Amino acid sequence: MRVLAAMSGGVDSAVAAAHAVDAGHDVTGVHLALSAKPVSAREGARGCCTLDDARDARRAADVLGIAFYVWDLAERFREDVIDDFVAEYAAGRTPNPCLRCNERIKFAAVLDRALALGFDAVVTGHHARLDPGSPPVLRRSVDAGKDQSYVLGTLRPEQLEHAMFPLGGITKAQVRREAAERGLAVADKADSTDICFIASGDTSGWLHDRLGSQPGPVVDVDGAVVGQHDGAYAFTVGQRKGLALDRPAADGRPRYVLGISPVDNTVTVGPAEALDVTRLTAAESTYSGPPVACLAQIRAHGAAVPATAEGDGGALTVTLHQPIRGMAPGQAVVLYDDERVLGGGRVVSAA
Amino acid sequence: MVPAAIAAMTEALAEVGNASALHASGRRARRVVEESRESIAGALDARPSEVLFTGGGTESDNLALKGLYWARHAADPRCRRVVISAVEHHAVLDAAEWLAAEQGAEVVLLPVDAVGRVEPATLRSILAADPGSVALVSIMWANNEIGTVQDIAALAAVAGEFGVPFHSDAVQAVGALPVSFAASGVDALTVTGHKFGGPYGAGALLLRRGLDVTPLTHGGGQEREVRSGTLDVPTIRGLAVATALAVEEQPERAARIGALRDSLLAGVFAAVPDALLNGAAPGPSRLPGNAHLSFPGCAGDSLLMLLDARGVECSTGSACSAGIARPSHVLLALGSDHDRARGSLRFSLGHTSTAADVRALVEAIGPVVERARRAGALTGARRS
Repeated sequence: MRVLAAMSGGVDSAVAAAHAVDAGHDVTGVHLALSAKPVSAREGARGCCTLDDARDARRAADVLGIAFYVWDLAERFREDVIDDFVAEYAAGRTPNPCLRCNERIKFAAVLDRALALGFDAVVTGHHARLDPGSPPVLRRSVDAGKDQSYVLGTLRPEQLEHAMFPLGGITKAQVRREAAERGLAVADKADSTDICFIASGDTSGWLHDRLGSQPGPVVDVDGAVVGQHDGAYAFTVGQRKGLALDRPAADGRPRYVLGISPVDNTVTVGPAEALDVTRLTAAESTYSGPPVACLAQIRAHGAAVPATAEGDGGALTVTLHQPIRGMAPGQAVVLYDDERVLGGGRVVSAA
Repeated sequence: MVPAAIAAMTEALAEVGNASALHASGRRARRVVEESRESIAGALDARPSEVLFTGGGTESDNLALKGLYWARHAADPRCRRVVISAVEHHAVLDAAEWLAAEQGAEVVLLPVDAVGRVEPATLRSILAADPGSVALVSIMWANNEIGTVQDIAALAAVAGEFGVPFHSDAVQAVGALPVSFAASGVDALTVTGHKFGGPYGAGALLLRRGLDVTPLTHGGGQEREVRSGTLDVPTIRGLAVATALAVEEQPERAARIGALRDSLLAGVFAAVPDALLNGAAPGPSRLPGNAHLSFPGCAGDSLLMLLDARGVECSTGSACSAGIARPSHVLLALGSDHDRARGSLRFSLGHTSTAADVRALVEAIGPVVERARRAGALTGARRS
């Protein structure tokens, strides 16, 4: 097959491309430039799409002996991921930009263009297993600590049909060892963490630069004003730190953000147990079918809990058999049957 | 590189001797440098003392712009305008912008017509208004992207009337067109080796005698006290051999390459009738080896990738240091919109190009354009 390897400049995508070459595919490497003004270097594990990353990807392609190009997706990434991220926070929700990037950039803009240009598939360095079939079956990585099936869990079958994840069957340690054996200089490059387009790592400061000061009240569950905030968008459901409340709760126990209401610019706080949810509704769901016993996961690195899910069209209802704490609208819920992904959607409400 | 230049250069690589040393080996090396200087001067109709060896076109352009600006500005603080065309190479454009950002210069961009030419009357009107404020004029001999050739003698004559130094980046012109430094009236001329079969990293600035230029780099002052650094004797030798050969063969090469270019254009238009030629019509106003085309509905980097896979190598214009293709400032200066600029390719033909190369492109271009159109002009750039 002719496959397009999306190469970030990191170790995973380099080894994934190497596996595609070994499998006998005709591989072309592409680095996605997602920043309109790439800086020359990054510090530590933050940020991405620097000139260093582009160079690392190019050098990996050289070592593998494959053609290499840079695709400029900066405008598309800004519209579909960054603008969406800001709009979601402004609407009081907590988005996951990595999912959005997979849904709209890697397995949409890039995949569409690759198919039109005559490629059969896009290969990435995600840690997840993908068994071919119709529809293909997405499963967790053998490396539980590095499993990325959650951020791929909302991809539609037609997107997965043209995806290849060669790394799902090996651990991150094996990936690094293999990279070193192959002479790939990125073998010991730090993993990227945090949000790639917020190089400082300070999400609320970054949002503040874009959304400005929007002072409003922090209230408790009875509606009493217990503090002030400078922008409800800077809070996320379940957050405990940085609330700057005027006075402690009557019972002296810590308080958490329970809800954010952009309409009246109010942040509601309360006790931890008020965060417990047992019922979720989600939209844009890829799971459709009658009630099914499954496991539901709501965070990239969170545990999956027993649940019953029912999908109808794009709407998904999930009943959790044990409560989970701190579910923010905007997060994704991904359903598993053991290690197999059934589908997922974006949470619109939780109770 | 042309075989004669490779042979001359590799022979010189085996020789010991710093051309600035006084002993016998040094004198031998110096002799090679001076013979090379005389050879280049002869080929380009300059005096040997007007040839300054540099590390290539970018250095020559920077030396001309900054060196002339600093010298002129030091002599008269009112002298701070740098007049350049809107289609200059980045080595000129960015040097001028740096002078504006860091050194108090004011950049005046000369507009170009629809094919990329600067009208001498435009230059005259800018100079006539206040000639004493202009530090220098820099207009390229021929454009690196669209191949448009300027009427350099007429433009240099206008600058000469007002006593303003005139620099021209002739990187694209030497070997492709007749270039006479003396007859052109140009005061400073940039030349680089790798464009005509010489080595990379070897260039020259032809600098009229008596013209004051402040050095960029300081040290031994080897080249007329304007350019310092131990002379790279083998590279200079390779540059000289390639220059002499390129100038000698220029009429024959230009005719042969021009005919190949014309058959390339005819073949592409037959396969893709709505392709558009950028720049001047084939003839004296266009470099013989240049074909620059827009393919409506295609992204240039899609075309490049598809052609590359078929063994046809072309260029989308300039790429930033990350390797991202950017809409060309040259095409934008011609009045082209962003989509057309992004959907453009340059095919360059040189002394090694053959009719078979042209046939390979003509056979590939139809299916490649069709496929790139399906991938969309803007896929990846913006949402439709």
